[in-house]
Amino acid sequence: MLTYFSALTDPNMVFLRYALFAGLLAAPAFGIIGTYVVARRMTYLAGAIAHCVLGGIGAALYCQARYELTWLTPMLGAIVAAIGAALLIGLISLRSRERVDSVIGAIWVLGMATGIIFIAKTPGYIDPMSYLFGNILMITGGDLLTIAVLDVIVIGLGLLSYNRMIAVCFDEEFARLRGIRTELYTLLLLCLTALTIVLMVRVVGIVMVIALFTLPAATASHFSTRIWQMMLFATLLGMISVAGGLSLSYGLDLPSGPTIVMLAGFFYLTVIVGKGLKNRLR
Amino acid sequence: MQSPVPLQIPAVQCEQVSFSYGEIPILTDVSFSIQKLDAVALVGPNGGGKSTLLKLILGLLTPQTGTIKVLGVTPQQARKKIGYMPQYLQYDPSFPVSVMDVVLMGRAGSIGLGRYSTEDRRIAMQAMAELAVDGLASRPFNSLSGGQRQRILIARALACEPEILLLDEPTANVDPGVELQFFEILKELANRVTVLTVSHDLGFVSQMVSRVFCVNRQVKIHPTSELTGEIIHEMYGGDVRMVRHDHCCSEQGHSHADIL
Repeated sequence: MLTYFSALTDPNMVFLRYALFAGLLAAPAFGIIGTYVVARRMTYLAGAIAHCVLGGIGAALYCQARYELTWLTPMLGAIVAAIGAALLIGLISLRSRERVDSVIGAIWVLGMATGIIFIAKTPGYIDPMSYLFGNILMITGGDLLTIAVLDVIVIGLGLLSYNRMIAVCFDEEFARLRGIRTELYTLLLLCLTALTIVLMVRVVGIVMVIALFTLPAATASHFSTRIWQMMLFATLLGMISVAGGLSLSYGLDLPSGPTIVMLAGFFYLTVIVGKGLKNRLR
Repeated sequence: MQSPVPLQIPAVQCEQVSFSYGEIPILTDVSFSIQKLDAVALVGPNGGGKSTLLKLILGLLTPQTGTIKVLGVTPQQARKKIGYMPQYLQYDPSFPVSVMDVVLMGRAGSIGLGRYSTEDRRIAMQAMAELAVDGLASRPFNSLSGGQRQRILIARALACEPEILLLDEPTANVDPGVELQFFEILKELANRVTVLTVSHDLGFVSQMVSRVFCVNRQVKIHPTSELTGEIIHEMYGGDVRMVRHDHCCSEQGHSHADIL
């Protein structure tokens, strides 16, 4: 543990510090948006958006290498793909009334396949693993800045729309009857979800990023009687998972993304099992 | 027929309205008019079209033919003046909201991106007080009984400050003991707002409404004073048993119909 703290201040271990900053910055966004996503039961949509991000990353890497578009960073590609996927998935789930899950599933897979094909065709060797499962060595100072800006946007909009978002998540039909444009709020929530996913793609990768949405929020829901409490607890649990997971992965020489997710999962299972035992003993 | 100037805009006016889900006709050629401060009950068999009629009035569904006017305008334009209590709340029991949060949703249309004002909170508290549930304001919504929840949903509809109140099965989850209290509250409300209530329990509603609409693909209107066994038999088909009560609330007594 002590070596972990000294590593955090080690000038040669800047990536570890960046990863911790990225995680702590992202935790409130995950706590707030994750709570809405869990309450609205949109985890599956969030999963599809996350996987589409690979398409954007792949396309950006390809264009960077092939056409020397240096400004087209994987982060920018990820943001564009995530927002695009969110709007597409949102419009399909709002407009089409049949077999929405099949269409979402198709988008999920196609987005990912596009990314793999682009990465395969990109000159030079790129390891798709680091995008799928995260790689804290890749985080740059510029990424941190982007994460901070996105974070402010997501948290700001997430909190501003709090009362109406709750009304829409709780009873969409009633909210619509009150004159709230519920479709707009659904699209907004999906776009905020998309941006939140991008925040942590570097650290835990696109496959496991959903865990940071659902696990802290689902764990927090067991202690919360109000939405804002759930957001607060989910944020704290997210921070503990990131800080603890990074520390464990450093100490035990484990990949950091999976360790963070395992820790979040451990909290969730502990709470569920603990609650079950408590109910049985009563 | 020829009155050139209508004295008052009706609360709800349906003209030759027909609605079907795909090939299945639900309502055919329905016409009626409900004046302001009228109290009307919609009764009829399951699948007869009661909830569909409410959704048409709310503008959640659009009729294939015919027109519906609510307070003289389209249902969509009149929405904000309608308070609606749905029969089923498609709600997630683990959704962490307080009773106050739920009732405040009746005010959600007027807040924009911001917060609820003190005035919004006052209106919500008042709505709860009217249904005698203001003591529950800070309780988690999912800790309430079915009957309490039902009242909270009526309070939420009242918090909209409606001119028309649409209640879909307000007594569905209410214990028989609480029902009478419930009935007094609804009767009180009917003095202030136009009330349309869907009910299975004709005995319950016939005491508080002036007219009963029998909805079974078509709508037949009966003043409550004319309700006889024959009419009720016609509404529900064969499986109806009449129970005659003589409550002290009316000198002539009144009739209940229990549907088996």
